[in-house]
Order: sequence, then structure tokens, then C-alpha cells
Amino acid sequence: MEILGYFSNALEPTNLLLALFGVAVGTLIGALPGLSATMSLAVLVPFTFTMDPASGLVMLGAIYTGALYGGAYAAILVNTPGTPSAIATTFDGFPMAKRGDGALAVTLATLVSVFGGLTGALMLLLLAPPLARVALQFGPAEYFWLAILGLTLIAALSVGNQLKGLVAALFGLMLSMVGVATVGGDLRLTFGTNALIGGINVVAGLIGIYCIPVLFDLVRTADPHLDPPQGSHVAGFRLREAFSILGRNKFNLVRSSVVGTLIGILPGAGGSIASLITYSAAQRASKDKDSFGKGNPAGIIATESANNATVGGGFVPTLVLGIPGTPPDAIILGALLVQGIKIGPTLFTEQAEITYTFIAGLILATLFMLPVGLLIGRYAYRSIASIPKAALVPSIAFLTVVGSYSIQNNWYDVVIMLVLGVIAWLIKEVGYPTSPIALGLVLGSIAEQGFVQTFLIGRAQGDIVGRFFQSPISLFLVTIIVMGLLGPALRSLWKARRRQRHPATEAGRSEASK
Amino acid sequence: MFTRRLFAGALALGATSLMLAPAFAQTSGGYPDKPINYIVVFNAGGASDLAARMQQKYFEAEIGVGAVVQYMPGGGGAQGWARLNSMEPDGYTIMGTNLPHNILQPMAADVGYETDDIATVNFFQYTPSIVVVPKDSQFKTLDDLIAYAKENPGSLTFSGSGSNSGDQVMKERFDQVAEVVTTYIPFSGTSPATAALLGNQVQASVTYTTEGVNQGDQLRVLAVAADERLPALPDAPTFKELGYDLVGGAYRGVAVPNGTPEERRQEVSGMISKISQNAEFKQEMEQAGFVPVDITYSEIPEFIAEQTEIYTSVAEPLGLIDK
Repeated sequence: MEILGYFSNALEPTNLLLALFGVAVGTLIGALPGLSATMSLAVLVPFTFTMDPASGLVMLGAIYTGALYGGAYAAILVNTPGTPSAIATTFDGFPMAKRGDGALAVTLATLVSVFGGLTGALMLLLLAPPLARVALQFGPAEYFWLAILGLTLIAALSVGNQLKGLVAALFGLMLSMVGVATVGGDLRLTFGTNALIGGINVVAGLIGIYCIPVLFDLVRTADPHLDPPQGSHVAGFRLREAFSILGRNKFNLVRSSVVGTLIGILPGAGGSIASLITYSAAQRASKDKDSFGKGNPAGIIATESANNATVGGGFVPTLVLGIPGTPPDAIILGALLVQGIKIGPTLFTEQAEITYTFIAGLILATLFMLPVGLLIGRYAYRSIASIPKAALVPSIAFLTVVGSYSIQNNWYDVVIMLVLGVIAWLIKEVGYPTSPIALGLVLGSIAEQGFVQTFLIGRAQGDIVGRFFQSPISLFLVTIIVMGLLGPALRSLWKARRRQRHPATEAGRSEASK
Repeated sequence: MFTRRLFAGALALGATSLMLAPAFAQTSGGYPDKPINYIVVFNAGGASDLAARMQQKYFEAEIGVGAVVQYMPGGGGAQGWARLNSMEPDGYTIMGTNLPHNILQPMAADVGYETDDIATVNFFQYTPSIVVVPKDSQFKTLDDLIAYAKENPGSLTFSGSGSNSGDQVMKERFDQVAEVVTTYIPFSGTSPATAALLGNQVQASVTYTTEGVNQGDQLRVLAVAADERLPALPDAPTFKELGYDLVGGAYRGVAVPNGTPEERRQEVSGMISKISQNAEFKQEMEQAGFVPVDITYSEIPEFIAEQTEIYTSVAEPLGLIDK
């Protein structure tokens, strides 16, 4: 049991302290809208040069996992995702906070983040080499279908007004095309300005789309931001209640954690896509579909377990193949290379000590999220609710500017953030949903690159259509897409038939369910 | 010890994320007397970042001041380069540059800067291009690959990073010297291009020696576009050995804003040379698959002219010149 020996390495006081420090710092950074894990890692990397390689890695891993978890706070309490991975957490998290269940939502997010994080880390520990082979099965065609699957979520996000949802999504897709095309190199939709050559930065765009409308809404009404009902039942962790909700959502939790890990393994996907896809899966599997988006805890359970599961998943291709699963992984990989560590399969044999100490550190850091998160969460809800708007609004406004500037140290991104924010607010005013814009922006370039690359490869081999459908993974994804799109129509057709046949029982049942 | 360093780290995090203005003070003598801002125009974790981080390690010891690495990615580096000349020309702001990027980008489109706008003062490393296949590929040698390409015109697929990029030009040059027609599939970076190769989505890949070293046994390097074999890839033959006249790759250097005085430019070049001469640095660069070079300030104009000629002569027939 050599692995246990490596765990005792990770348990050294220095490593323990670094893990705890990393989680706490990461959580705080993640909680601030605009400040991302990628940025904090890039800044802290030089400090690891002088550390023991394993210790440095433990700290970086802890910051990363903490930041993904911290994103949930801003999502739940302010309705602005702290990190892109927490977009889907706002859908149900903020409605929960609004109705006085903020503490419960934060506790749930903490518990499922720990569960998801552990799932990812354990899969990394036990299954890394075979999982890396799965990652390689994902080629351009598979990425294309995965992005299309993500886009079908638009249907769920724009319940009641599919057409407006589609219009918003198309706008998002157009935004994703701005700038130099990766495939082909053409300059598109730049209107002759240098500001748009680099395209619309996804993170800056998301900050604008999600934070600016919230700011306008906060300013426009006199009501308090959150109005927690007074009473004993809302105070504290509400752990017992959280566990009973988890008990009812075991399948959702396990499915989201495993799917989150698997999507994390795919370089080019990442936390935001994992949480969007698991959210839609949770909604589809639920009996109570309509409550999603209105404060259903199952939504938070899906997104928060999935995004933390991507941490462990993302390290699979990073460590085994030397191909970073996510942007933060790229930074950690760079830190490894500067330290002179050779990545690849030998990491698990010749350099096992560093690798296993790191994985053990990641598991410990994930466990630390529990006390750190519950402690912060205990006060976060009350304090966010008690901060006067006059302080909350300028603070968030300041963070949106700092956050969007610091992604690429570029003022253009701040302008893009503000412009998109105002557009998002305006179209929200006229009844269009904004999440489809975000979805289009995030998934557009993945879908486009996948499509064109598949087309080019197919043309070279003389079988363009076949290339799109030839792998089992493609066929599987296509099946889910078709089922998702036709599912609701078939279901209502079936219901209508039933009603025709047994009008009495159906009426009685719907009466009872009310 | 650690906690103090961590505390400093936390402070640096706050400071750097808010660092909007470059340095103010400027003393004529005693350059450098404060940390250098080293701007990388690519994402953290890429080859440019890796090279800068390796230099950063030696700044304190060799130069006496530290270097702060900052990122201004976007548009394949173009956004950062387009902003170089509006920065403080005092020698405390330096920016990583890249040939052929600085030649090909302005050639293909209006990207906000021209090749001549970038005042590179020192090229410190060369990263040769390589042609690789997965380890279990049917192509054991470069000749196998070329024979296949001749039998199946257009069907052999190469992955590479980006369109109108160094990788694409290298692929086209390969087609010319080997007298074959192959298909180039652009990806959004070196890592995705390698992933596509490892997953057998494409049959071969044009990439850099650094990637060949990183990937180790997973890949077979069929040929290196360098004059000599690399210490880090001793078993990989050069194109020249195999009878093809193909040498090329990326040169990474350091530039200053074009308002920087002549004397300061030479000082910056000297500073980079000093780090390049550190034996440990050299060894680390070689291990990673870079070829350390030291093209100093006085040699730059001739070098850039020479490279521009090579790329213009290739890019024109390819239709890369759009303007």
C-alpha cells in the first residue's frame, strides 16, 4: 500500500497548511464575481518555484478546487456567477436565496462540491490511464455533438417562449464568431476595429451578461436585495435538511459527479459545460420539471457537484497525456515543466511520489472545503442580506470592471463587458431570456471548430457525412439530442391520448397532485 | 518561512490584479534597479509562457532584479503586440515576441501592427518544427509517410495550431519539398492539435520540438526541421539527413516599445544575453526541447530581414497574403 505512504506525505504540516490556505484563498477568489481561478493561479505560480514540487502542486490544486466551489456563493447570494462554472447555479440558487433558503442553498452547494470533488479526485487516483484513453476518443465530431447537446439546453432555459430563446441563442452564436477564426483565419465581424480581433472573451462576456442586468435591477427597485424571513428555522447550517434533500437526490448527485468528471477529462470542455449539461440532465430526469429555474435544490446539486468533479477529471489528461484539460490545468502543467518534471505515463511510476502526494493533497483540500465552506456560508448569507444596496452595488460594479480587465489585462474587455451587459439588460426588459446568449457564446466556437474540422477531415477521406456519425460516442450523443428535442413533444402527445382515453383518472390525478 | 512567502504571495495577487499602470520612476544610471514587467502575449501555460518562466527564475540571480510575468493574450498574440508601442519606453516593460507570428500575422490581415513596429532586441531561443505520428502509427519513417501521401493525394491529414500560422506554413513547405498534397486541419492550439493526433483523428501533426519532448514515448518524431539533431530528441533525424531541405520553426525574443532609447535597447538585449549564458538555464531550455540562441541587438535587423524573405516567398504562392 504505497499509496497510503504518499498520503502521509500529504499530511505533513506544511502540505496540510498549504492545502487549507489554498482552499480558503481559492474560495474567496471564486466568490468574487470576475476574479477567476486561472488568474489567481497565474499570479501564484512563481511562488511555487522555490517550493518542493509536491507542496507547490498541492497549493495550486487547492486554490483551483476552492475557486470552483467559491463561485457558488456569488451565484446563490447575488445572482452573479463568481466563476463561469457557476452560471447554472444561479438558475436555482438565487431563487432559493430570494425565498429565504440562502443558507440551505450554500450548505447544499458545499456538501455536493465536496462529493463531486472527491468523485473526480478518486477517479483520477484509480482510473487515470484508462480515462485518458476515453478523452482521446473525443475528436472534432464528438465535440461538435457535445456542443449541440449543450445548445439543446436552450429549450429548457426558455420555457414558455422558445422563439425568443432561439433568437437570444443565435445572438450568442454570432458573438462567438467575432474575431480571427481559429479554423480558416478569416477576420469576422470586427467592423474594422482592432478591439475585436481577439474576439469576445467568454469570461468578460459572461460577467457582462450576468452581472450588469443584476446591477440595474438592484438599483431600480427600493426593495432589499435579499429579505431573509426572521425565525429560528432559517438560522445555522440547516445540515439536517440538506442531508434529507441529498437523500432524495442520490441519483442526481452521483450522475452529476460522474458526468462532471467525464466532461472534465475532455480538453476543450470544462466546468461551465459540465454544469450546464448535468443541469439539463437533472431537469430531464426529474418528475417536477417546471420547478427548475424557480429554486429547485436539485439544480444546485447537479451543477455544483459537476463543476468540482471537473477538477479531478481535468487532471487526467494533464498528468497522463500532458494535455491540459482546462485553462487552470495548463498553468499547473507549466509549473510542473518549469520544475523539470516530466509528465506522461511515467508520472504514475517513476515520479509516483510527487503525483500521488499531489492527488492526496487534492483530496485533502476537497475535504477542507467542508469546514471552510460551512464556516463562510454560515455568515455569508446573513451578511450579504444585511449589506445595504448602496454598498453592494458599487462593490459588484467595481469587481466587474477589475475582473474583466484582469482576464487579459485589456481595456477592450471592459468595454465589451459593459456593452454586452447593457444589451443583455435591454433584451431582458423586452422579455428575452439572457442565458441562451451565454450558452451560444460558450458553445459556439466549440461547435464551429468541431464542425469545420470534421468537415475537412471527412473531405480528405472522401466521406463527410460518415465522419459525423461514425463513432459510437457520436451516435450516443446524437441519440440523446434527438430524445431531448422530441421528448417533450412525444410526452405531451402521449398525455393527450391518455386524457382522451381516461379523462376521469387523469383529472383526478392532477387534482391530487395539487 | 513558507507562511511569510505565502503572505507575500497573497499580497502580490492583490497588487498584480490591480496593477493598471506601469512604472513611473526612471533613473538614467544603474539600470535595472527595479523589477521588470515581462509581458507574455499568450495564455499562461503555453510554450511562450514556459520560456519566460524559465528566464524569470534567473532574473534575480543574474540581473539583480526580479521579473513579473503578466499576460495579455488575445488574437494569437496580435492584441498584445498591437499595444506594445503605447507602453512606457523605459526598459522596464518588455514583451515576448515570436517569428514567424510577427511576420505572418500582419501579412495575412490588418491586425493592428506591422512587422517593423515590433522592436525585438534579442532572440533567445529557437524551437524547431517537427513532423510527428502516434507511436503505433503505420508510418515508421518519413519515407513511409511520403510514400502514402503520394499514393493518396490529399487524404493524409496533419493537425496543427491555427490558420495562417507557423505550423500551416511549415506543412505547406513540407508539401513543396516532398512533392505531395496533404490536408491541414487547424486546431485552437498545440495541445488540442496533439490530442487529435493521439486520438487518431488525424494521421500526423506539425508541431514543435517542445511538444515532442513533452509527449515522450506517445509520439514518434519522424523528422526535425533543424540543422542538427537535438540533445533532447537524439533519435529523431533532421529533414536534411533524410534529404529534404527543410529548416524552420519559431524564434522567441524580447521586444521593447519603439520609443525606447538606443542605449536602453542594448541594455535590455545584454540583460537577456546574460541569462542565456547561464549554464543551468541553457541546460533546462535544452531539456524542454528549446534550442538556446543568442541573437543580440546588432544582429536583429539582418535576421528579421532574412526570415521575412523566407516567409514571404512561401506565403505568397499559398495565398496567405491577403492585403
